[in-house]
Amino acid sequence: METVKTTPTYEAKPGKLQTFRTSAWLGWMIESNWTDPFIFAVYSIIRPILTAAILIVMYLVIRGGDFSSADFVNLYIGNAFYILVGAAIQRVSFGIIDDREHYRTLKYIFIAPLQVPVYLIGRSVASILVSCFSVLFTLGFGILFLKMPIVLAEVKWGLFVAAFFLGMAVMMCMGLILGGWTLIIKNNPWSLGDSMGAGLLIFSGAVFPLSVLPTPLQWIGNALPISYWLALIRRALVPEIGRAYPMYTNLSDLQLLLILLAFTLLYAVLAVVVYKRFDIIARERGNIDMVSNY
Amino acid sequence: MALQTKVTRNSGVRLFLQTVIGRAYPRVIGSQRDPAWLFFDIFLPFLTMVGYVYIYRALKAPEEYIGFVVLGSAMTAYWINILWSMSSQLFWEKENGNLALYVMSPTSLMAILFGMASGGLFSTTIRALVILVLGNLLFHVNYIITSFWALFLVFVLTMVALYGLGMMLSSLFMLFNREAFHFANLLEAPVMLFSGFYFPVSAFNFWVAAAASIIPLTLGMDAIRQLVFPSTAQLGFLPVKLELIILVILSVVFLGGAFFSLRRMERLAIKQGRITDRLG
Repeated sequence: METVKTTPTYEAKPGKLQTFRTSAWLGWMIESNWTDPFIFAVYSIIRPILTAAILIVMYLVIRGGDFSSADFVNLYIGNAFYILVGAAIQRVSFGIIDDREHYRTLKYIFIAPLQVPVYLIGRSVASILVSCFSVLFTLGFGILFLKMPIVLAEVKWGLFVAAFFLGMAVMMCMGLILGGWTLIIKNNPWSLGDSMGAGLLIFSGAVFPLSVLPTPLQWIGNALPISYWLALIRRALVPEIGRAYPMYTNLSDLQLLLILLAFTLLYAVLAVVVYKRFDIIARERGNIDMVSNY
Repeated sequence: MALQTKVTRNSGVRLFLQTVIGRAYPRVIGSQRDPAWLFFDIFLPFLTMVGYVYIYRALKAPEEYIGFVVLGSAMTAYWINILWSMSSQLFWEKENGNLALYVMSPTSLMAILFGMASGGLFSTTIRALVILVLGNLLFHVNYIITSFWALFLVFVLTMVALYGLGMMLSSLFMLFNREAFHFANLLEAPVMLFSGFYFPVSAFNFWVAAAASIIPLTLGMDAIRQLVFPSTAQLGFLPVKLELIILVILSVVFLGGAFFSLRRMERLAIKQGRITDRLG
């Protein structure tokens, strides 16, 4: 007769994959089940479209309605994909605040036998997925209503997929670094991720080439992986127009991809070291179950 | 012998003012205790402003538009404060368990909201001033103030109407659960677009701009632009005098609306048992 094992094996800790899978499911539930699917879809679509519309109106006011020009296409694609930068950077760190101050579960996560960074990354995946839909919708809006010359048959899919996933990985590492910092901030920590996402726009080359900036600010842009990622995304989606964008014109697609890979490895190491350091400080200061709102 | 402490019980205006000061205190003093907020609450939004300036530079826009961005970015601070530290504040207070204490206390929620508003106005004004001053220093924005008193009046009325709106919205947020965060998040972008934070609101057609005028910042910013950049007065949506009159009306409507809706929502929340629930 088959015996049913009912007692848990205390020695077996959940693996990273299990932690990731469970936290991703939890993240999806938190992200989506506050309302019905229709309102959720409307919410996911309206915000990115209207944010993109700010730039469209700025362009319209100055340049008129020439939406097929290379300048506008590069600006629009950069702006659309920058949604993901904000999402990846912000959501990893926001998971800490949400769990600590809203759900009050962070202390339980910390005493559970799992790796908190893996949990945080898993928890952010759902909102990053939602942001992916926002990007798709924003691009679709551009193609349909602004007649932007994005032709699916001309897209370099291999380059796009490789760049996309490397970019997401490196931005999640940046999010983890911020997440660590969030642990020890006492005032308005929820605005850190959002502000950082918005503040980095200037150094990303998303909406204007880095050459517009003064030289020292260009150095900062070149030291961040986002600008290489966006350059690759443009070159993959609209090869001709993307190549014409005045950034890294002397670098081939492969060179850009290798630079992005190097950044990903560097930021992965940095994220582990920095997060660990902040984690220790937060435990020492008793910040794990702190409430920061006043 | 037992010590007897004489307790003075304030009421009326004294209690109202005491509450306002009491609620503003943690916002003003709390911000002094951890200077990290200066980085992500002032420096990073400042960078966002720089980003928008360089977008206009890349588009080779006239220099006045740089001034529009600097001004718009300073005013953005107030809208963010209204959304996250006024409108949704009663929701956060409920989450923290403070809302029930507020309702139980002998003071009015209106006074508590006034306290939040004045405390928030303090730190937000610092942020707005830093953005304005640094923006001017970096990008040499040329302001020509045609009437200081009109400018002062426009700013004060805009703030009164805006914080009145925030107080009115906060009564609505009292009934929200997890959708509060999403709702506040959703309100951010449309207002930034239609109120014309980075471009003149006259870029839209008349009726869109008129509808956007329900948000006091739309007319407030339009009037301020006309008063400090006279060379672009033709881009103004309405004459400044008319905008002032509308701002007065909005102030009265929003403050009055806040008073009535707060009382109604408080009663409704008590009736539905939402003062202490944390369904999210």
